[in-house]
Amino acid sequence: MIRGVKISKIILWSLLGLLALLALYPVFFLIMGSLMGNDELAEYLGAVIVQKEGFVDVPLLPVYPTLKHFVEIFLDSPEFFVMFWNSIQITFGVLAGQLVVATMAAWGLAKYDFPGKRGCLLIYMILMLLPFQVLMLSEYLVLDKLNLTDSLWGIILPGVFSAFPVFIMYRFFREIPDSLIESARLDGAREWQLFWYIALPLGSSGVIASMVLEFLEYWSLIEQPMTFLKDKSLFPLSVFLPDITSIGRSGMAFAASVVTFIPALLVFLGGQDYLEQGIMAGAVKE
Amino acid sequence: MHKQYRIRNAGHTKINRKRRDFCGLLWILPSFLGVLVFYLLPYADVVRRSFSGAVDNSFAGIENYRTVLGNTAFLLAVKNTLRFTVFCIPALVFTALLCAVILYRSRYGAVIKSAFLMPMALPAVSVALMWRLLFHPQGIVNGWLAGFHINGSDWMNSGSAFGILVGSYIWKNLGYDIVLWMAGLSGISEHIYEAARVDGAGEWQCFWYITLPGLKTSFYTITVLSFLNSFKVFREAYLVAGDYPHESIYMMQHLFNNWFRSFSFDKMAAAAVLESLVLLALILFLERAANRDNVG
Repeated sequence: MIRGVKISKIILWSLLGLLALLALYPVFFLIMGSLMGNDELAEYLGAVIVQKEGFVDVPLLPVYPTLKHFVEIFLDSPEFFVMFWNSIQITFGVLAGQLVVATMAAWGLAKYDFPGKRGCLLIYMILMLLPFQVLMLSEYLVLDKLNLTDSLWGIILPGVFSAFPVFIMYRFFREIPDSLIESARLDGAREWQLFWYIALPLGSSGVIASMVLEFLEYWSLIEQPMTFLKDKSLFPLSVFLPDITSIGRSGMAFAASVVTFIPALLVFLGGQDYLEQGIMAGAVKE
Repeated sequence: MHKQYRIRNAGHTKINRKRRDFCGLLWILPSFLGVLVFYLLPYADVVRRSFSGAVDNSFAGIENYRTVLGNTAFLLAVKNTLRFTVFCIPALVFTALLCAVILYRSRYGAVIKSAFLMPMALPAVSVALMWRLLFHPQGIVNGWLAGFHINGSDWMNSGSAFGILVGSYIWKNLGYDIVLWMAGLSGISEHIYEAARVDGAGEWQCFWYITLPGLKTSFYTITVLSFLNSFKVFREAYLVAGDYPHESIYMMQHLFNNWFRSFSFDKMAAAAVLESLVLLALILFLERAANRDNVG
């Protein structure tokens, strides 16, 4: 009996370990690929790249690691630089806007009573849950009317007013005890001071959690830029699918892909606790 | 606390309170105006369009809805979306539950959980590059299979594309769901387990009679969130297979994109209204179910 439990435990754990490795594998694979020279890539990936006989081999570790491809994409391909810059503009534009607009709204919803508050919360919740395809046409109509199609503002502005961060931060602000706010009021604090000196410091983990989640979301944004941007020079990195069908370019494809995910990876590693708190906050029910 | 304060000061702070309510409105005003301009008003316009003719903008009744419901591409996309949901949501939710239960009691849980969360951070373009190497006719997977003398197939251009999509959805969302399940697990008091063990309950009984009932509310929210995240698999599908993928993975978003490109706004409007109604009904239904179980 005890033995059986032990064996089944070992099996479960090895399955779990295998799954975890599977989750990590692409990161490893892409980094290794980006460090390989052209000859090595040709040898391993030749089957896909130049229709060589046989199959793609799995590169484990590069024998002659090189940073050549990174140098290439940063020095020799200005279009990559432009896309990187577009990504930065979109992501930080959205985050900065949310930092102002969404924090204020979350604070108002969490700690004030006003007519229509419940309806307001419901609207935000529904908006948060609807997928892009449902809102795609309405977003296009308004952007078209405001002359914002084919401009980064057309991606940034709807992002600033997205309901998701309001909802996440609302969760955290609600945890702040009312007694604290009341006593601050009795001490003569003004409403904006409550926001600045109580909400922001005490709810900071909520603000960070929502920023981490939104960074990951907007850094890999695909549907919106593809729908609303026609001018390729406005494309962010997240819609750039590099060409792997020639030897000279496949190394750059790997490097481009690594450069794309490194910022997201850093945010993920640095903000993992907040990320988890944010995920949970999105699920707690009213 | 808030209430107490109000009663205590009821006499002279009525005006104060009014002013404070007004303050609350001011806090949300910028956000709400934005939501109004960018989401609510245009959505109302979409509803109007869904009842109007494509060319002359005249009232067309339910004509658009009838066209959409008879459209083969629409039906294909609905069928695929439903099939996808039926396969992947139970698979994801239960795999995640299993992992969460094991990880929750373990010392290494936190580390392994991080590994599972990693795919969330990986942009779809990077994943797509990986996919193309894995599932190319001469790709990695077929290479492995050849090692076992099994003939591979052209994964992305056959029915197996659907399986790959399910797999990548689970791969991407497993960590997310594990975090949610673990949060649910931590909501169950340790005392109940101790009491049950004292009464002689085994591991399995504890799981069946304490853990599972205690996770009911989590189950509903996790299902809703997993369902909504399932719409995002379009990203990988699109990047690997483009606008017209194998018909087994032709999803709603593909359809909307193609209609958008051909300016079929009348059909898009009707389909968007239909889809939002279905989603709304589903969300409210699950919400109801969760609340009922909570009370009863």
